[in-house]
Amino acid sequence: MNEYLIIGNGVAAAAATEGIRSVDKAGTITIVSEEAHPVYCRPLISYYLEKKTDISKMNYRDKDFYERNGCKVFYGKKAVRLDPEKKEVKLCDGTVLPYSKVCIATGSSPFTPDFPGIDTVDKKFGFMTLDDALSLEKAVGKDTRVFIIGAGLIGLKCAEGLRAMTDSITVCDLADRVLSSILDSDCAALMQAHMEKNGIRFLLSDTVERFDKNKAYMKSGRTVDFDVLVTAVGVKANTSLVKDAGGAVNRGIITDEHMRTSLNDVYAAGDCCESRDISSGTSHILAILPNAYMQGFAAGVNMAGGDRIFDNAIPMNSIGFFSLHAMTAGSYDGELIEEKNDRELMKFFVKDGLLKGFIFIGEPSKTGIYTSLIRERIPLDTIDFELLKKGADYMAFSPETRRKKFGGVV
Amino acid sequence: MKRIYVNEDRCIGCRLCEYNCAFANSGMRDMALALKGKTIYPRIHVEGDDKITFAVSCRHCTDPICMKSCIAGAIYDDNGVIRIDKNKCVGCLTCILVCPYGALAKGENGVMQKCELCLNNSCGEPACVKGCPNRAIVYEERGESL
Repeated sequence: MNEYLIIGNGVAAAAATEGIRSVDKAGTITIVSEEAHPVYCRPLISYYLEKKTDISKMNYRDKDFYERNGCKVFYGKKAVRLDPEKKEVKLCDGTVLPYSKVCIATGSSPFTPDFPGIDTVDKKFGFMTLDDALSLEKAVGKDTRVFIIGAGLIGLKCAEGLRAMTDSITVCDLADRVLSSILDSDCAALMQAHMEKNGIRFLLSDTVERFDKNKAYMKSGRTVDFDVLVTAVGVKANTSLVKDAGGAVNRGIITDEHMRTSLNDVYAAGDCCESRDISSGTSHILAILPNAYMQGFAAGVNMAGGDRIFDNAIPMNSIGFFSLHAMTAGSYDGELIEEKNDRELMKFFVKDGLLKGFIFIGEPSKTGIYTSLIRERIPLDTIDFELLKKGADYMAFSPETRRKKFGGVV
Repeated sequence: MKRIYVNEDRCIGCRLCEYNCAFANSGMRDMALALKGKTIYPRIHVEGDDKITFAVSCRHCTDPICMKSCIAGAIYDDNGVIRIDKNKCVGCLTCILVCPYGALAKGENGVMQKCELCLNNSCGEPACVKGCPNRAIVYEERGESL
């Protein structure tokens, strides 16, 4: 009987469990969870602060998920060493867990630059975990001045979440625009203006030179007085288990399309590993939830002896702030085609006869039709792209395609 | 399993399916009271131009990307029927970003909704199919892709 071991207890781990069980109902599954919680929806922590959800609804799977799948979970334990020769993993408390197949789904950790004087800051937080959100909730009141370093997805979701609790939120970023990883300058300016209207202050192209207790001295010469500091500068993949065991690691763990690492019987999935982005043709970390699930599921199926590849990863984000929504996918490479009206802005990026990426701001509808063009690499000369530019609609596809899609099992 | 299939050669674009869907999911007994003078939020949408029309609703994919992408764990597989727990949905719209068919849309209160084959409302079988005057929408078992 197979002994499956999963290091990590996030979405990729839950997906690996489901992948394993889709093939093998009998083998044992052991899960090592650093956090003391059953798998929950990490992207919801800002919605928790906004009170758009609560802890009882943030569980990723139902209560009997582990029991139903026959999983033994070690909570509050960190895996410290992977031995691919002996096929065992050692935990921080000395426990040794043997495996026949292991999946590394260790995610990522916040990366905080070593700002001079940061040790003098009393109340400082990250914004990655449920525990971070719970601590912030306690620390922030109506008159609390919050200073967030990082205007990326994490920093801005944190700002939106905290806005319901306090009037004073300042966000700084070294980049010259917000959400620089997913928006170009036009779209970023739109989103920034919208957030400013909703009471968020920005200091862009600026960073902290040093801290002195509750004061930040900025590179620009400005100062920021604050009560609570949130650092959301970036994350780094937790790769050390594989790296220390001699496995191939770049910025993330390197896997093949079956989610196998370079080590025998060691698989990896989620934010700790790299993906081949088919929209750019490059390998990098795509730390998004859909990717974590699809990698984890494929890893699980393959660990259990099935055959499943994941070979069409692309970056994609659906994210709204104060009711203004942005949807982005793929890479922004190629000819730019822009469509806009009073309410919406759409940018398509076309190269080699394929849609490579898009940015949309406004009220989304059927946007997944565009995403599928990128993921499925549908040649634009086989569809009515002129029609699609005006709005996502299945009329743009051939009658034959529609007959297949709407007349058959997909 | 039985799924909904559409035949655009038989669709006349009457949009009865949209009204029947909205009514079946309204929880009300009287169609006029439920829908008259109101914006309807059906889970099936008629698309097309002046020549071709067809109805689009959830395909209940065998490998549902909406479920795999849902950041709230709100979309789930109930024996092949892909359902959404509206109580858990936070309206991030990731499902709109990934559904290749454009089959999911916001409901009246901004929370996402999708076709659940009327298996859990008072209709008990797809209302769009039941009310289609022309068999342009059918509910049946089909095997491999045509």
